[in-house]
Amino acid sequence: MDEKLSPIVTALTERFGCEAQEFRGEISLILPAEKLTGLLQSLRDEFSFEQLVDVTAVDYYPQEAPRFHVVYHVRSLSQGLVLCVRVPLDGNAPSTPTAEGVYPSANWYEREVFDMFGVTFTGHSDMRRIVMPADWQGHPLRKDFPLGYEEVQFTFNFDTVTKRKPQPKE
Amino acid sequence: MTDIREVTVDELKHLVSERAAQGETMLLNMGPQHPSTHGVLRLLLELDGEIVVSCIPDIGFLHTGVEKNMEAKNYQQAEVMTDRLDYLHPIGNNLVYCMAVEKLCDLDVPPRAQAIRVILAELTRLGSHLIWLGTSALDLAAMSVFLYTMREREKILDIFELVSGQRMMTTYLRPGGLWRDVPVEFEEAVYKFIDHMPSQVDEYQDLLDQNELFIDRTKGVSVIKSEEAVRWGITGPVLRAGGMAYDLRKALPYSTYEQYDFDIPTRTEGDIYARYAVRVDEMRESLKIIRQALNKLPLGPVRSNNRKYVPPPRSELGVSMEALIHHFKLWTEGFTPPVGSVYAAVESPRGELGVFMESDGSAKPYRVHYRTPTFANLQIMPLLTRGYFVADVVAAIGSIDIVLGDADR
Repeated sequence: MDEKLSPIVTALTERFGCEAQEFRGEISLILPAEKLTGLLQSLRDEFSFEQLVDVTAVDYYPQEAPRFHVVYHVRSLSQGLVLCVRVPLDGNAPSTPTAEGVYPSANWYEREVFDMFGVTFTGHSDMRRIVMPADWQGHPLRKDFPLGYEEVQFTFNFDTVTKRKPQPKE
Repeated sequence: MTDIREVTVDELKHLVSERAAQGETMLLNMGPQHPSTHGVLRLLLELDGEIVVSCIPDIGFLHTGVEKNMEAKNYQQAEVMTDRLDYLHPIGNNLVYCMAVEKLCDLDVPPRAQAIRVILAELTRLGSHLIWLGTSALDLAAMSVFLYTMREREKILDIFELVSGQRMMTTYLRPGGLWRDVPVEFEEAVYKFIDHMPSQVDEYQDLLDQNELFIDRTKGVSVIKSEEAVRWGITGPVLRAGGMAYDLRKALPYSTYEQYDFDIPTRTEGDIYARYAVRVDEMRESLKIIRQALNKLPLGPVRSNNRKYVPPPRSELGVSMEALIHHFKLWTEGFTPPVGSVYAAVESPRGELGVFMESDGSAKPYRVHYRTPTFANLQIMPLLTRGYFVADVVAAIGSIDIVLGDADR
């Protein structure tokens, strides 16, 4: 572990009771959703992690508890550190508080996680889909969402495949 | 297929001012096929006469589901798709992908491969900045710059073709090193290019710095200072133009960038002109890095010797049974990194390009997420355009250097 990072991690694990995991020198803090805002607040104000680099999620389907991990990466520009914060969420329609109040840049990142995984962020100012069309059904990056493919058309089945293809509406 | 549902005004009510509901301000659709949006970006502008009251970016027109597709491919196959994300910066996308896989597998990269990676990454940066300079000047009616920048970019693409056989989508960097060593003509070709390039950069500056129209439309427009930019997750030239000297190549050096002597160009104004000046200076710094890397280009292998992850050289296949088995395993099953997740980041021409990669111990990545700079930087479009003229929106889009393939993925 980085010597600048270890006192921060020790202080945070004591205060928030979160679990710290290390892999290849990178630290992930795992903590429940309700403590997230407090953790991010103290990361920003006390430990000068000024920037929220990224918010994403991982789906562990068919596992149910937890099914999702929402993954936050925060960066300290002044100290050159990155810290990963993971929030496990149970069930098929989970929700977690937004980080927008602490880091405004979370706005779009969380919209993307909502769009791709169906994780709702409570208190978010603009919880709409961002990348997929507004009328899209389902959340593409979930593991139970099929990958999909386009059928190959040959001379003998050209017309039948054309009928099955999605067509633009009038 | 469900019926296509139209987005109602009610859904966007929280994003526009109250005057829009009373019809005092006008909502204007800009894009997605507007020539100055550099791809397919749609902006919904709320206008009070010529003044922008609010701006709602709408992205996703170029979404190709790369992250989903990667989960169905093994690690070697998934790399090919990374080129297609930020299509102006393909080698950088390969680089950050390889760095993530190398971190995951604890792979070593030989020094020669690292040096060649640096040279190619900087050439890509130059190529991307050239496209940016040409197109954003074109938006501001300085047409001739585009012709010159495309001419020089073609020379960079020729070098890529020389080393990999491909002009743009090279997939030349591989986990553990490179696909193969560079040809003997490589050094001479790059020296020729970097000897010729500084005078060209001066030429672009002459064309634009003396251009009164360009100065009028860029100075004091779309200002964002670095404190604000940091809060909004902005990185790269937009952050540096606001006064903060932050560059991942210096802050967290990767690929032996710590060996090279270069500066981080900054400005304090934070306007469009400052971003332009930062990028032009960066082109000069890139040339400096390339020259240093070429001058002390080490000899030796270009691929790691770790046979569990990196295929053995062709010459061994005929004489070593073990090499044959490794080759067979790697090209049929692929390699299986240990369970875990990593985050790797490089400085792309647009800012921090990061990869979050999670492995479940199988030959396919369980989750790959690209943290792309364009996605983060586009988010501040409302801040950059509020209170300025409609014509400045075009300049602002150009100045944050968007690549929609990068934003939509």
